[in-house]
Amino acid sequence: MIKTGVFILFLVLNLSAIAADDPVEFKNPELQKRYYALIEEIRCLVCQNQSLADSHADLAQDLRNEIYSKVLAGEQDDQIVSFLVERYGDFVLYRPPLTKNTWLLWFGPFVFMLIGIIFAIILIKKQSTNKAVPTELDEVQQQRLTELLKKDIKRDKE
Amino acid sequence: MLRYLLPLGLFFCLVIIFIYGLQHDPRQIPSPFIDKPAPAFKLSTLHAANIDVQLDDLKGKVSLLNVWASWCVACRTEHPLLVAMAKDNPVNLYGLNYKDTREDAIDWLKQLGNPYIESAFDQTGKTGIDYGVYGVPETFVIDKEGIIRYKHIGPLNKQDIDNIILPMINQLASPTS
Amino acid sequence: MIPELGHFTLILALAMAIIQTIFPLAGAANGNQAWMALARPVARLQFLFISIAFGVLIYSFLSNDFSVAYVAQNSNSLLPAIYRLSAVWGAHEGSLLLWALILSLWTTAVTFYSKRLPVFFLARVIAVMGSVSVGFLLFMLLTSNPFERLLPIPADGSDLNPLLQDPGLIIHPPMLYMGYVGFSVAFGFAIAALLGGNLDSSWARWSRPWTLLAWMFLTIGIALGSWWAYYELGWGGWWFWDPVENASFMPWLIGTALIHSFAATEKRDVFKNWTILLAICAFALSLLGTFLVRSGVLTSVHAFATDPERGIFILILLGFFVGGSLLLYALRAPSTIKGGQFKLFSRETLLLFNSILFLVAMLTVLLGTLYPLIAEALGMGKLSVGAPYFNAVFIPVMAPVALLIGIGAIVKWKQDDYKRVARQLRFLLLASVVIGVVLSVTFFDNHLVRTCAGIVAALWVTFTSIAALLARLKHRQNKLIALQTIPRGFYGMTIAHIGFAVTIIGITITSQHSVDLHERMAPGDKVEFADYQFSLEELRPTTGPNFKATEAVVKVEKNGVYVTDLHSQKRIYTVRNMPMTEAGIDSSLMRDIYISLGEPLDGEAWSIRLYHKPFVRWIWLGAIFMALGGLLAATDRRYRLKVEKNNAALVEETAASLKP
Repeated sequence: MIKTGVFILFLVLNLSAIAADDPVEFKNPELQKRYYALIEEIRCLVCQNQSLADSHADLAQDLRNEIYSKVLAGEQDDQIVSFLVERYGDFVLYRPPLTKNTWLLWFGPFVFMLIGIIFAIILIKKQSTNKAVPTELDEVQQQRLTELLKKDIKRDKE
Repeated sequence: MLRYLLPLGLFFCLVIIFIYGLQHDPRQIPSPFIDKPAPAFKLSTLHAANIDVQLDDLKGKVSLLNVWASWCVACRTEHPLLVAMAKDNPVNLYGLNYKDTREDAIDWLKQLGNPYIESAFDQTGKTGIDYGVYGVPETFVIDKEGIIRYKHIGPLNKQDIDNIILPMINQLASPTS
Repeated sequence: MIPELGHFTLILALAMAIIQTIFPLAGAANGNQAWMALARPVARLQFLFISIAFGVLIYSFLSNDFSVAYVAQNSNSLLPAIYRLSAVWGAHEGSLLLWALILSLWTTAVTFYSKRLPVFFLARVIAVMGSVSVGFLLFMLLTSNPFERLLPIPADGSDLNPLLQDPGLIIHPPMLYMGYVGFSVAFGFAIAALLGGNLDSSWARWSRPWTLLAWMFLTIGIALGSWWAYYELGWGGWWFWDPVENASFMPWLIGTALIHSFAATEKRDVFKNWTILLAICAFALSLLGTFLVRSGVLTSVHAFATDPERGIFILILLGFFVGGSLLLYALRAPSTIKGGQFKLFSRETLLLFNSILFLVAMLTVLLGTLYPLIAEALGMGKLSVGAPYFNAVFIPVMAPVALLIGIGAIVKWKQDDYKRVARQLRFLLLASVVIGVVLSVTFFDNHLVRTCAGIVAALWVTFTSIAALLARLKHRQNKLIALQTIPRGFYGMTIAHIGFAVTIIGITITSQHSVDLHERMAPGDKVEFADYQFSLEELRPTTGPNFKATEAVVKVEKNGVYVTDLHSQKRIYTVRNMPMTEAGIDSSLMRDIYISLGEPLDGEAWSIRLYHKPFVRWIWLGAIFMALGGLLAATDRRYRLKVEKNNAALVEETAASLKP
């Protein structure tokens, strides 16, 4: 617990270091689009849960600059992404790559959907072969019915 | 009957995951560098702009690479421990002065003591990025061949040094390993 | 002494909650009328005591009593009074007190509007809600007492988190909690039904209006949260798929499934177990959200200060209530009597698919939210799951919902002729596609496929909803009278569905056609962007009660015609030394212009971000429609019938069930 506390403390302190927010310029709109798409999908490491694009942290600015110069230098998206992953791990990717570790993540929703549909079909099939609703009341229901009927009759008389 | 127990079973799995989650800090990110060669660097030393320090200087002995900066407040709590460690143990301790100014960093060392054999001066933070640094201070244990064996994120405390860092250095330094 | 009074009344409230749990339950078990009769007064007393405690905490904030640790951590003498009020629920301890207050408020409401509930049933409902209250009051008193004193008393407080110093945050948490906690009523009804073995459709009719109300509050709460994030976080996003947002969204998804499933259970006596399970699930997800937000198992932009010890406590609560109720479900559900029959092509089937789709949507959000945790627990390393994942997966899962909504309102109960429905709908489908395509092509020139899909879906939902309404008038002589005889519930549904369409439009167009520009600007600079001309008129220093700021005044023109002046501030809150951006927004139905001041650059220049966000207001407008629909449905006449009438209805119903 104490460890967590200290950890948060220095993250916060780190954040308050010099922050720069220099706009970048692109001559080529295609590169610009790629740059913005990239920084949207890369996680800022020092922040709680923000992308590089959203973060004001110093390191986020450094990494934005790094990505900017790489985009200008003509590197492809996957090269830039693997540059970051080599250094910080898969953690920086907001879109986890499809590996055997993420099969469950990526296919899970569609598996759920499939199970759901199968479940629904079974349920519908089953209920259409059900016996009809029971035709007799149990004791308690019978008693209640009598009471209610009595009340109704009483009210009608009034 | 069994299918009515299914929701309970699924919930049970969730609880197990949560119990695991409660024992781990989600902010600790493991380094992808463990057991991989340390990224090469060649930087000027903090004290002399015309003298270079590079990864090869660290090789041959088990080394510690400590990333620090004068603006980093948490480094201040860690620093006396590093000074004491360097005094009591023959540790090959190098510093990586991260995104700092020479003036501030040298003043800081004058004030608090200099445990480092040498500090590499990483003004732009590029070497920091190569090492995947995201929270200063960070400390890397690098073996004789230049392979990263351990990374500590955040300030070291006495227990970390005595129970993890020093035993690891001793183990890596012994000829059997 | 006053804070101790708050502490003391909390202990009294706990005592009441314990009585409220034990006696009515025991009374219902052995038929003791006196014990069951305790439920009502004790629940109201509990509400009274928690209200006093809450009042005391408000008083402590308003009177700047920094001897109370919670006040010292979350307030400051310079904090404006209105934010001192909202600071009451601005952090962990106080928001927990709000949780308990709202729970007891809902319980008290149940005690007042429950005259037609059977005594046994009501006793159990109140007892179940009391047990939840016991859990949370214990949690508060043992780990998170908001009245804890601080020694030595600090001269001043360390201020409320600047992010929370905002009008949106005054009402957002209470609304959200009204929703979250409101699902405890449905939970109470479901457990009472399981305990008493009365798993007929009547429990659905009793709990439906309560659930609709809770759902309405949750809808408003989520929309407010999204709107707040949009203008307060300063980067123009309105949904981030952050764990905390997901924690509120999951109960909403299941709540939506639940209110639809109720319809089938109430009207046709089908899916009874399923509805019970959804009711348990909705509240379980509320508890899960509380756990995720407060335990620190996940990283989030706006989590509370977290503490694993508190996490363990909530996990125990979660295990007890959810584990217990699911166990009860497993024991009791198999004995439910099967309900009415229906054919494959019927409204029942469509409602079943509705439930399944929303359940799958919830599971998707849950999977994405927890996957980092699951991956780590299984030794697969650390990874992040963020917006790109959710956007990629969630939209395909939800798309069939839009398709089915339209059909659902038109298809008849029990069975319908698909040829008839196809005849009725094919024209509407054609109209949606044609108009959708024309609109997309006319007004947009990129991302056409997605834009078109969104617009067509929204038109389809709207057209079919209106068609369903018109179909009700078809064979009526006097249309005006006929309009009046249509139940409110039906209007509620229609408005909520149209609201869903409005939100689809908002989401589609905003996400596909928003543009932004990151620009370096010095006073006097002018930029052309999204057909508007922005000129930075001046940068001036300004101060607030507890912050210093730089304000940018940006004049906006379109084709040389003045549109508006936008003011955006970069604030530094002095106590916490925390920077905040106040965005400058000019909003209208069709577009928002949004500027946010970045950082000072060299010389006079600052970085400024400009955004043009078409149709962004529709996202929240749709949510308002949905909430309004919920309110209309909740106040439908048939839930407010007088006792006598209800008895007559019961007779009819019982008689009907006698027929083979």
